[in-house]
Amino acid sequence: MVLGKTIAEKILSKHSGQDARANDIVVADLDFVMGQDGTSGLAINAFEQMQGQKVFDPGKIAMVIDHSAPSPLAGVSALHKQMRDFAELQKIHLYDIGDGVCHQLLPEQGHVLPGNLVIGADSHTCTYGAINVLSTGVGSTDLAAGLLSGKLWFKVPETFKFMLNGELPKGVFSKDLILYLIGDVTADGATYMAAEYVGEAIDRLSVEARFTISNMAIEMGAKCGLMEADAKTTDWVKAHSNREFETVKADSDAVYARVKEYDVSKLEPQVARPHTVDNVSPISGVEGIPVQQGVIGTCTNGRMEDLRIAASILKGKKISKKSRLIVAPSSRQVMIEAMREGLIEIFVESGAAVVTPGCGPCVGTHNGVPSDGENVISTANRNFKGRMGNPTAFIYLASPATVAASVLYGKITDPREFF
Amino acid sequence: MDLKGKVHKFGDDVNTDYIISGRHKFKTLDMKELAKYVMEDLDPDFYSKVSKGDFIVGGRNFGCGSSREQAPLAIINADIDAVIAKSFARIFYRNCINTGLALIECDTDQIDEGDELEINLQAGILYNRTKGIEIQITPLPEVMLKILSEGGLVEHFKKYGTFNFD
Repeated sequence: MVLGKTIAEKILSKHSGQDARANDIVVADLDFVMGQDGTSGLAINAFEQMQGQKVFDPGKIAMVIDHSAPSPLAGVSALHKQMRDFAELQKIHLYDIGDGVCHQLLPEQGHVLPGNLVIGADSHTCTYGAINVLSTGVGSTDLAAGLLSGKLWFKVPETFKFMLNGELPKGVFSKDLILYLIGDVTADGATYMAAEYVGEAIDRLSVEARFTISNMAIEMGAKCGLMEADAKTTDWVKAHSNREFETVKADSDAVYARVKEYDVSKLEPQVARPHTVDNVSPISGVEGIPVQQGVIGTCTNGRMEDLRIAASILKGKKISKKSRLIVAPSSRQVMIEAMREGLIEIFVESGAAVVTPGCGPCVGTHNGVPSDGENVISTANRNFKGRMGNPTAFIYLASPATVAASVLYGKITDPREFF
Repeated sequence: MDLKGKVHKFGDDVNTDYIISGRHKFKTLDMKELAKYVMEDLDPDFYSKVSKGDFIVGGRNFGCGSSREQAPLAIINADIDAVIAKSFARIFYRNCINTGLALIECDTDQIDEGDELEINLQAGILYNRTKGIEIQITPLPEVMLKILSEGGLVEHFKKYGTFNFD
């Protein structure tokens, strides 16, 4: 009897022309290839060392200047110039300063579609799994090989299925759910594996909220964070692209390495404490801890739905004098929509600093490096020591609602009182 | 390939931000310069303690986090010959193979700071000379051994122009 396949096995079979099963190694064709300003410089150098002349298909490649944008240093400016020159020469897509975070741009601009196989030289490339894309992070040399050949070798991952039943309570969001799951399975709970997130709790979420979950699959060690496509997915994708696509569903007799079932109906807001993402506590365990800075944005939680939730809490109020708040919308388009809806005005009036769409505050390059010993509460996906540019600071990770509520009081605050 | 050197021991979940911090890696593509900051947030004096050919030894999930290839490159340029850990995060693992940094998966509980190790990668043997014990190594899959033995993925592409595992 031939057993069924997981989503990952199906996508890798189709793209390699082989019957790809977990643990096989295949060379597969790529639908899209992406690099950002922390990784593209090395990739361009490697491409040249590989004696690359032309990229495999300019329409299937984007370089995104988002990690230190606008440039805070001359050295970074040189890297940005190298990307711009390469993009012009090779006629590939270039997203420049202010355009946004790569993981917002690729789905938003219609570059990635359900059933696609995508690599990006950024670990959070797993984000597009939320729209049924097998997308995974790679390093610069893999990126160079992808730019040149349009292919990459993959170890076909085993799959860890998360069955998520029930409905999230009011004031509890997809960020809380993924933090809870990471805390439960730990930072290497799904290493080398594909995560599949399924069940009614996922079905009930918007596509934007689902991106938050797939974005953090890497924080449990996973290669990708896949979801099946439903009507919400196909509607969302059609609103962002005119191209045809074919969604991929796991077979009912697919073989899973691990399956875990959860009921999310009683979940509390969750917070990841310093200095690891799996050091997760329910809000009740951390309430009252003073926070000097909040960050709302990043590839995890910088979309319209996130900004609307945060603005609904901050509207007409002032953030605590003991806190600061930095808001970074995830793209130019999100920034424009947030302006039209009046959200930016709400943030600025509440006392927040709204900065250029990009990754800066999350990754410690600029735009909000904390002071020695300060506590930060952020909607980002990593709280490693030094992550935000100061190894003596302490980073807590939470939902946009929890961050907004916390900066109002200057201490970690349960946001459920606002819903 | 025989390797000999002393151990610099770290714990579980050593992430790529610890290996090379984001506040340094965006500044330059000069890996000799970045190498000075390797492991800085875990041990500010690390770079000055390393002698040529030493090893970094970790626990579980070594190299988790960001995809930055500056992590293995900075390690190579700090004159470290191999990274040894109980398990590796997958992007870091690929990046080591692609850049030609040897990685060894084995039980590291019996390896301590300052131990002298001898490693024969082909034979798959790690000998802890200080403790007088031999430790079993998990062998690398064939595709990865091929890329590593060719000196990394750039050399592989120079040779074949594309992926060639036949």
